[in-house]
Parts: sequence; C-alpha cells; structure tokens
Amino acid sequence: MKKSKQFWPFIIVAVLVYAVVQILISTEIINQFYSNTLILIAINIILAVSLHLVIGITGQFSIGHAGFLAVGAYLSAIVTMKLHLPFVVAIIVGGIVAALAGLIVGIPSLRLKGDYLAIATLGFAEIIRIVFLNIDAVGGAAGMQVSHLTTWTYAFVCLVITLVVIVNFTNSRHGLAAISVRENEIASDAMGINTTYYKVIAFAIGSFFAGVAGALFSHNFYIIQPSQFGFLKSFDILIFVVLGGLGSLSGAVLSAILLTVVSTYLQGYPETRMIIYSLVLILVMLYRPKGLMGTMEITDYFKLWRTPKGGGQHGK
Amino acid sequence: MEWLQQLINGISLGSIYALIALGYTMVYGIIKLINFAHGDVFMVGSFIGFYSITVFGLGFFPALILSMAACALFGVIIERIAYKRLRNATRIAALITAIGVSLLIEYGVIYIRGAQPEAYPNIFSNKSFEFLGAQISIQSVLILSVSVVLMILLQFIVHKTKTGKAMRAVSHDVEAAKLMGINVDNTISATFAIGSALAGAAGVIFGVYYTKIDPLMGVIPGLKAFVAAVLGGIGIIPGAMVGGLVLGVVETIVSALGFSLWRDAAAFIILILILIFRPSGIFGKNTREKV
Repeated sequence: MKKSKQFWPFIIVAVLVYAVVQILISTEIINQFYSNTLILIAINIILAVSLHLVIGITGQFSIGHAGFLAVGAYLSAIVTMKLHLPFVVAIIVGGIVAALAGLIVGIPSLRLKGDYLAIATLGFAEIIRIVFLNIDAVGGAAGMQVSHLTTWTYAFVCLVITLVVIVNFTNSRHGLAAISVRENEIASDAMGINTTYYKVIAFAIGSFFAGVAGALFSHNFYIIQPSQFGFLKSFDILIFVVLGGLGSLSGAVLSAILLTVVSTYLQGYPETRMIIYSLVLILVMLYRPKGLMGTMEITDYFKLWRTPKGGGQHGK
Repeated sequence: MEWLQQLINGISLGSIYALIALGYTMVYGIIKLINFAHGDVFMVGSFIGFYSITVFGLGFFPALILSMAACALFGVIIERIAYKRLRNATRIAALITAIGVSLLIEYGVIYIRGAQPEAYPNIFSNKSFEFLGAQISIQSVLILSVSVVLMILLQFIVHKTKTGKAMRAVSHDVEAAKLMGINVDNTISATFAIGSALAGAAGVIFGVYYTKIDPLMGVIPGLKAFVAAVLGGIGIIPGAMVGGLVLGVVETIVSALGFSLWRDAAAFIILILILIFRPSGIFGKNTREKV
C-alpha cells in the first residue's frame, strides 16, 4: 500500500540526513551554534507535528500545548536530576506522564467545541504552569537546573520516531476516523465512529510527543522555569501548524524549520520577532486562511508534477 | 471586620473585570468572536490615561474620557482592518487572527516605548474612612462609582437608544436584521467602539488603583475578564457584570486565605468547571444544537 511504499525511502533519507549531520558535527565543520540550531529545529518539528495531529488531523483547536511541553520538561528533569536515571528513561517518562496529563485534560474538555475548547485548553495549560510555579521541589519561579544531555542523536531519533508514528496513525483507519471528526463531527458520529474516543486518543498521542519534546527541551537549556511555558510558547507552536497549513504534516515541518531559523537570527530582537510572527499570522489568516500548504503534502506536489493532467482538481 | 474589607477589595477588582468582560461579551454576542485583543485595548487605554495625566497634565475625568474616546476609535480600527474580512471565515481563523492582533498590539507598544513598567501618578489623596470597621479608601469608592455609572450608561444605550436596538437585533439574527434595513457593519463597529471604550475606562481605573502598568498588563486581566464573561453567560450583558464581580471576590478570598500564588489558577479552575458543567453560564439558557 501507499504507506509501505513510502516507509523505506523515508527511513533511508532519515539515516542519510542523520549520518551527514553527525559527520559534520563530529568533524566540527559546523560549530556549536549551528548544531544547537539543528537540535532546536528537531524539537520544534516534534512539537509542530504533535500539535498538527490535534489541530490539523482531528480538528480540535488546542492552544495549550505548552502545558504538555512543561509536563514533559519537568518530569524528565526530575528523573535525571533527582532520581539519577539515564536520559532515555527520562524521555519515555516525560512522554508518558504528558500523555496521562493529556488524558486528564482531554477527557473533560474535549466535550467542548471550537473556541470554548480553545479557551479550556489555554486554561489547563495555565493551571499546569501555576502548579509547577508552586512546587518548591522543582525550584518554583527561580527554575530548576538541568544538565545538558540532549544531543543531535537523541533529538533526531525522537524526531524520526515521532514522524513515523504520526504518519502511520494518520494513514491508518484510526487516522481516517480522526479526519472524519475534523471534517464533520456530527456526520462521523452518525457513521458509527466513536468521536470522543478518537478525539481523546489524538489528544493523548499529541501530548505524548509534546512531552518527549519537553524532555529534549529541558535538557538542552541548562535551566527550566515556569515562565518559559506560558501562553507565548503555546502560540509559538500554534503558528508552526497554522502557517504550514491546517492538516498538512509537511507544511508543519517546513514552517517549523523556517520559523526556527528566522527566530534564531532574530534572537537579539525579541520584539521584532514577535511583531513579525503576529503579522505573519494575521496576514496568513486574512489572505490564505488554509495556510501555506492547505491540506496538501509535499509528496502530493511530486504527484502533480508527474501527472500534470490530474492536477486540476487539486489546484489551490 | 477583615472580611468586609476583603469583600470591598474584591468588588473593586471585580468591577474592573466586569468593565472588560462587558466588551468581550458584547463582541461575542454580536459576531461570535473571542476578541483576544480586548485585553490589549485595555492596556492601551491605561497608557493613554497615563500619558494624558503626566504629559498633558489632565485631571482624572478628562483623562478617563480621552482614553475612552481613543480606545473606541482604536477598537473600530481593529475591527475594520482585521476582523471585517473574517465575517464569513471559520471560527478558528477568526480566533487565530484575534490572537495575532493581540500580540501585534503588545509587541508594537513594546517596540515603540520599551517594556519597562510605569508608575501611575497619584491623583487622589490616600484618604480613607471607616465604615463598619473596614478601611475604605476614597479611590475604591470612586472606582466603584465610575464603574456603576458606566454600566448604567451601557444599559441605557443598549435598551433605550436606536443603536442599542440595532445591536440587539444583529446579535439575535444577522440576516433578519439586514433585511429590516439595519446597517450591520456600522452596528458591529458601534459594538466594538462601546466595548473598547469600556476597556479603556477600565485601563485608567486599573492604573489609578494598582499604580503599576506595563505593556503586557492586559494579558492576564483580559483572560480573566473572558472567564468572567463565560461565568455570567457569554453574550449576556448583566451576566458579564455579575461574573466580573464574582470572579473578583473569589480571587480576593483565595489570596486572603493565604494562597496568593494560586490566585491566577482559581480563575481558570472556575472557567473549566463552568465550561464542563454549565457552558451557557449563570444567566445563559441552553440552546439546542440543530444539525
């Protein structure tokens, strides 16, 4: 089938990219700054893709993704710093606890729709942040020291696993059920699809990978503070998905890469960065509400080139 | 009489929330948009009040009126530029645009004047009098009376004027209102103008009461005012007033009990409980969804 045809080429490309970058890093052709940027790109892609599953595939508008990032970041930091377990365990624990948090948040709030759901997820993310702010064991507002463990290898392996899981989920019958929830919840309910189940599952998987990204995130920055996981962080993740196109995985990946590079160069001018971000968001919504790619994937464009005749119906 | 004191503090805070919540609820009632930028209009109003007091040397009331007028204009500009094109877009597109506008205003203000906070000048004496054993400052009396006057004025506009009638008609049914010859665009703009003017007034009052203002001050009060609007039943004007007051009192009680760090969480917990158990709010009626 389609996915099995794409699977092995994807793995080969992934191994090649990994090998090339790893050789470049170990021979120090690219310096610390660039390798750090690459790790950041990988983390942001994981975040973008995990939110893409919730917003783009299942159509549930969540603007509290940073809450799950915070859960993963703090839990993994506790595992490595307090319990002195290896980093791999920390990543898995971060992901699982974030998925549990996703279930706890998702089961009540996914009964809501549209803007109410958005506000509820925002509220939950704020509550998660305030909880961490009030636990003295993780440093409260001052933050928590975390040793630097994230390497290109960890980041890239997590990224590949995330992409494979989410692509396979999307192409499976579960993914199709989730897409039908996005397209028309009432109709898919009438077709016998358990809409609540799929919404919660997508939310939990999305939260799991946000937690994994959180583990990588916290071990990349030496210190984590509750203020890093506020509404602005959720917004950062949201803009990846919106700019790339709601429903397009490759769009989310591309915009995560693009915006991470842009914001790395604008690091010294945080206001300018936010002004550009917000302008981009407004202009995209006003003039191209589907985002850059709509629901198309990069591979769809390849198909268009191969069979230009069939391209008409996909256009725009 | 500690409790009376806290109650008065809570009502003062709640009346600020109520003023902001009114703008949210009116805009939501008419175009079903959560205007995230509303909290930032509140911030802009506060800064306009600040500059008109310190730079132009105006008194409290002229500053209040200037700020309200400027915010009304600002609100209409936001609506005309950003939201008007989105009337027929999906709710999510409108919501994302509103978030974008909100961030643009915040960081635009930071870009223009920097992120440093300002201290509001002390315009009123710090005199206070005793009432049943509680210390009541002149300021809180004034804040309360200004908010009450504005809310009465709003009720008058909504129920007794032609614009208000048009607003109620448009929020009830846009298409029918259009057929009855109501200029829907102007009515929506009027709604934004009134809501933003109230937010501007709340901004000045907030500055006078809490003395410290900064470009990101609108985020948390904005979100909490939204909670207040949902609590009272979104789209219902008296609901926003009651919701604001309830939220203010609850927050003050939470901090008085010694959980001041959890104060912000209290508002969101209320929000989630309301959304789960009674999404239409205290005053709302359940509407049946049609397929």
